[in-house]
Amino acid sequence: MIHFVLLISRQGKVRLTKWYSPYSQKERTKVIRELGGEILSRGPKLCNFVDWRGLKVVYKRYASLYFCMCIDQDDNELEVLEIIHHFVEILDRYFGSVCELDLIFNFHKAYYILDELLLAGELQESSKKTIARLIAAQDSLVETAKEQASSISNIIAQATK
Amino acid sequence: MAMHGMRGLSVFISEIRNCQNKEQERLRVDKELGNVRNRFKNEKVLTPYDKKKYVWKMLYIYMLGYDVDFGHMEAVSLISAPKYPEKQVGYIATSCLLNENHDFLRLAINTVRNDIIGRNETFQCLALTMVGNIGGRDFAESLAPDVQKLLLSSSCRPLVRKKAALCLLRLYRKNPDIVNVDGWADRMSQLLDERDLGVLTSSMSLLVALVSNNHEAYWSCLPKCVKTLERLARNQDIPQEYTYYGIPSPWLQVKTMRALQYFPTIEDPHTRRTLFEVLQRILMGTDVVKNVNKNNASHAVLFEALALVMHLDAEKEMMSQCVALLGKFIAVREPNIRYLGLENMTRMLMVTDVQEIIKRHQAQIITSLKDPDVSIRRRALDLLYGMCDVTNAKDIVEELLQYLSSADFTMREELSLKAAILAEKFAPDLSWYVDVILQLIDKAGDFISDDIWFRVVQFVTNNDDLQPYAAAKVKEYLDKSAVHETMVKVSAYILGEYSHLLARRPGCSPKEIFNLLHEKLPTVSTTTIPILLSAYAKILMHTQPPDQELQSQIWAIFNKYESCIDAEIQQRAVEYLALCQKGAALMDILAEMPKFPERKSSLIKRAEYSEADTAEQSAIKLRAQQQTSNALVVTDQHSANGATSPVPVGQLSLVKVPSMITTENDTSSDHTLSQQNGALSNVDPQPPSADLLSDILGPLAIEGPPDATVQSENNAASGLEGGSDAIDGSAIVPVEEQTNTVQPIGNIAERFHALCLKDSGVLYEDPYIQVGIKAEWRGHHGRLVLFLGNKNTAPLVSVQAIILPPAHLKMELSLVPDTIPPRAQVQCPLEVVNLRPSRDVAVLDFSYKFGTNMVNVKLRLPAVLNKFLQPIQVSAEEFFPQWRSFSGPPLKLQEVIRGIRPMPLPEMANLLNSFRIMICPGLDPNPNNLVASTTFYSDSKPAMLCLVRIETDPADRTQLRMTLASGDPTLTFELKEFIKEQLISIPTAPRAPAPAAAPPAAQPTPQIPPNDPAAILAGLLS
Repeated sequence: MIHFVLLISRQGKVRLTKWYSPYSQKERTKVIRELGGEILSRGPKLCNFVDWRGLKVVYKRYASLYFCMCIDQDDNELEVLEIIHHFVEILDRYFGSVCELDLIFNFHKAYYILDELLLAGELQESSKKTIARLIAAQDSLVETAKEQASSISNIIAQATK
Repeated sequence: MAMHGMRGLSVFISEIRNCQNKEQERLRVDKELGNVRNRFKNEKVLTPYDKKKYVWKMLYIYMLGYDVDFGHMEAVSLISAPKYPEKQVGYIATSCLLNENHDFLRLAINTVRNDIIGRNETFQCLALTMVGNIGGRDFAESLAPDVQKLLLSSSCRPLVRKKAALCLLRLYRKNPDIVNVDGWADRMSQLLDERDLGVLTSSMSLLVALVSNNHEAYWSCLPKCVKTLERLARNQDIPQEYTYYGIPSPWLQVKTMRALQYFPTIEDPHTRRTLFEVLQRILMGTDVVKNVNKNNASHAVLFEALALVMHLDAEKEMMSQCVALLGKFIAVREPNIRYLGLENMTRMLMVTDVQEIIKRHQAQIITSLKDPDVSIRRRALDLLYGMCDVTNAKDIVEELLQYLSSADFTMREELSLKAAILAEKFAPDLSWYVDVILQLIDKAGDFISDDIWFRVVQFVTNNDDLQPYAAAKVKEYLDKSAVHETMVKVSAYILGEYSHLLARRPGCSPKEIFNLLHEKLPTVSTTTIPILLSAYAKILMHTQPPDQELQSQIWAIFNKYESCIDAEIQQRAVEYLALCQKGAALMDILAEMPKFPERKSSLIKRAEYSEADTAEQSAIKLRAQQQTSNALVVTDQHSANGATSPVPVGQLSLVKVPSMITTENDTSSDHTLSQQNGALSNVDPQPPSADLLSDILGPLAIEGPPDATVQSENNAASGLEGGSDAIDGSAIVPVEEQTNTVQPIGNIAERFHALCLKDSGVLYEDPYIQVGIKAEWRGHHGRLVLFLGNKNTAPLVSVQAIILPPAHLKMELSLVPDTIPPRAQVQCPLEVVNLRPSRDVAVLDFSYKFGTNMVNVKLRLPAVLNKFLQPIQVSAEEFFPQWRSFSGPPLKLQEVIRGIRPMPLPEMANLLNSFRIMICPGLDPNPNNLVASTTFYSDSKPAMLCLVRIETDPADRTQLRMTLASGDPTLTFELKEFIKEQLISIPTAPRAPAPAAAPPAAQPTPQIPPNDPAAILAGLLS
């Protein structure tokens, strides 16, 4: 299973974390610090896998961002590597050629998308189309609620005039 | 695209980004946290919008790595908001900020449950997602039934059901009891018929977790998994959106194959065939393409298929296909594939007997040890460690030593530990072992744990021959200018004990040795000084005649340390000084250290421990256990479904071999007959007859000339056979029960012979039980593990295993449980110590009860003479003086042996090599002769060199002259007889199923006694 997902920038800034195994806050900080150091220092053209404390981290760099997923030692590494790419493609489709800034200012969207892709540390949905549809539906739910809210507040405002 | 921005949040993020340094950032964050805290505390009514905004800000700050110790309540309270946008934020923030052990989560259980059982689909999704990501035991207990209901509900849409499947997986991990519901397995099986691939993907993950704990309950899912895999692999009816770079969901393919790996075997032949066709397709049809993602995806599937093939223990051909593929992978440039090639090759080592093929890639693997990528180097190290055995230990350890100087620090400890273990396990001779350890200490002293140098001291102490060598070696190292402290420790110990053995060599007088050691004293820490002091005391004691000057020098040192602040040093100094003045008593007290009791290497223990440690992490442990059991399923190809053709009666009476063996082995009676009639000898040395009998009955008639021996053996055998059968039948088991009920699967004798040549495999199998064996041999020690696997769904009771050891073996079997639970496997370690050379065979008297049937079998154990041999290559310079020094009988015996099974010379050489008797090519100028050497290990004597010479006659391959020499008459004799037995009777290679010539199978199979008669004989004779 995937124990956690980590997005870090080349400067070591955390852009997204998601923990599927219970790590305390202290452990989380430690993991990010250690792993960031290890992965950022790896040169290009090396393999995408790193042994790490009896587990394994599969990572891939996209422009300035490193996407990392930590898995069990006997999990299928390439499968996870393509989950990462799949995630990136979905983000790309949603934001329209995604860049680090999109993820910084819309980190909550990234969380929603990730929650449609992975659950309980396992792949939940492999169809890009389905995920796009579900996210669009969520967005429209939020929009509708907003419109309703504003129309209600209009009504109240009118009534109390 | 809806980018409903939240201005306040965006502004805050921008400001953080604009901070020039960490300090500014912290100030900004603190300010914001203060602000948020105030808002939460003071404002009675926050608008939903504000509440959302603050929770997001908190989450962002938390993500940056700052402690956020408030506001959790606010995040959790948003969950119970009536509207979607707030609820959504509440759920996601809670699942990011809290982990499963957080108290606040418990407060939310009721709200979450209401969302799950409510009618609102979007709320259900939110709730399931959170529980699936961070739900703990509390959630498992209160929500599992509801989640199950959603998963199975036909009215729920796929988007809810796939979340329910994974949510249930999470809850199952927290509390496995939640699926202990009647009929759950059937429902799981129905889920695999799901059309929606999203739901199927999630369900498959759930299944993987379920079968990994209890495959037995889910047998009905197996054919469905195969069907799913087939559908995907053939791209039948897969919607476009579920293909990834043209590959039908690689993830689902991988998951399905993962699930299949948890079933121990696939019994249904149709399913098995279908699966193998699919796997074959994947193995052959995966090409390297330009597109990276397509490549990765197809190789993800390929590697999983490889793992499944290994697990299923496919036919030889498919296995070698796998090894060939892996061999290709480890040579490619692409680092991921190379990494995975190495990793999977290591896994392959654990599963099957492919070591020899893998060894061909050794050079390539060593190249990867020098790869710029540490991940790849690690895999190469693991693989080299795993593939190392006696034949390649020297090369591999040399490579590791070489690499040690350039390895990065993070790897050095592991590297040196592994090198030390390999050197110990596979040392062709002990001086080499000492060399390796000293080099390790020299090159990587900081990374050498005490265990490593303790171990070398033990070896040196226990082996007299080694002592002068080790002493001379450590002295060489001390002569160097910079010496690691560990080297000082080990040198001080060894020189203290044994430097007197060197006294006559130049530069090795007691005084010189003392000076050499004493030079180091100022450079070492307080833990080393006591060892030095002991060494001084011992050197002084060994100095004969006494050297006054040295004595006063050493006494002065003891004097100095008498007031040392370190208690250990002080005590030693005081004691040695007092002892020195006692004169003769000193000799007794400081006498050479006694031999250490033989014990298991703490290094190897440590390695095992750390392996177990990582295995704890997850399913790895389970899979590793399965892998050991796989190793046991390595059976000969022609087991149960092989040819159990009925026996022609004529042949039975002619050859007089036990019926069972004939049924298994005899594939063409006329072949045997022609051999019988041929003028080879009276009795066909072909298996199965002679190989069983001569083996066991050999000791009965050792002295006679070869033909007579065999003749009498045969007679004895046919005479004894009936008797033993009768004895066995009446004494232990009612005849009819035994004959009607339990028949062994496969040929027991063949299995035994196979195990004489290899170290793991099946010893015995019948429809109820499988007895596997795994052995490790080191010197005169053997450690066997018996694996007793119950193949049934009912327990086996009254299980008993008694070892009947021959006089020359000391054997200790650990406790065997009385009952083996259904489908369980128990492991019983068995320790063996070889006391003397002998060909007698140990027998395992094994019985169990299934239902009303009592089954009792006597099985020969493969703790045979050749297991205590270690091959050794001897050069001409060493060979001839040794050969001449064994001047004649009884140390050197010669015999002309007739009735040899004709075989080409290379085959004979291979045969000897396979018994760990190593052919030394080029020593004998006559190409028709073989010269070989080996060492024999026993408890009573140090390792004994044995030399063999075989002169063959190219004109008549059925005879040869063998000369055997060693320093022990019994050994010479026993080994000669042993080799003789092997030459006149070669264990059968697995044969193909019965050819057409076999008689029609309609005839009822003769009633076969379940016991191996040969084994019974062995039991009687031992």
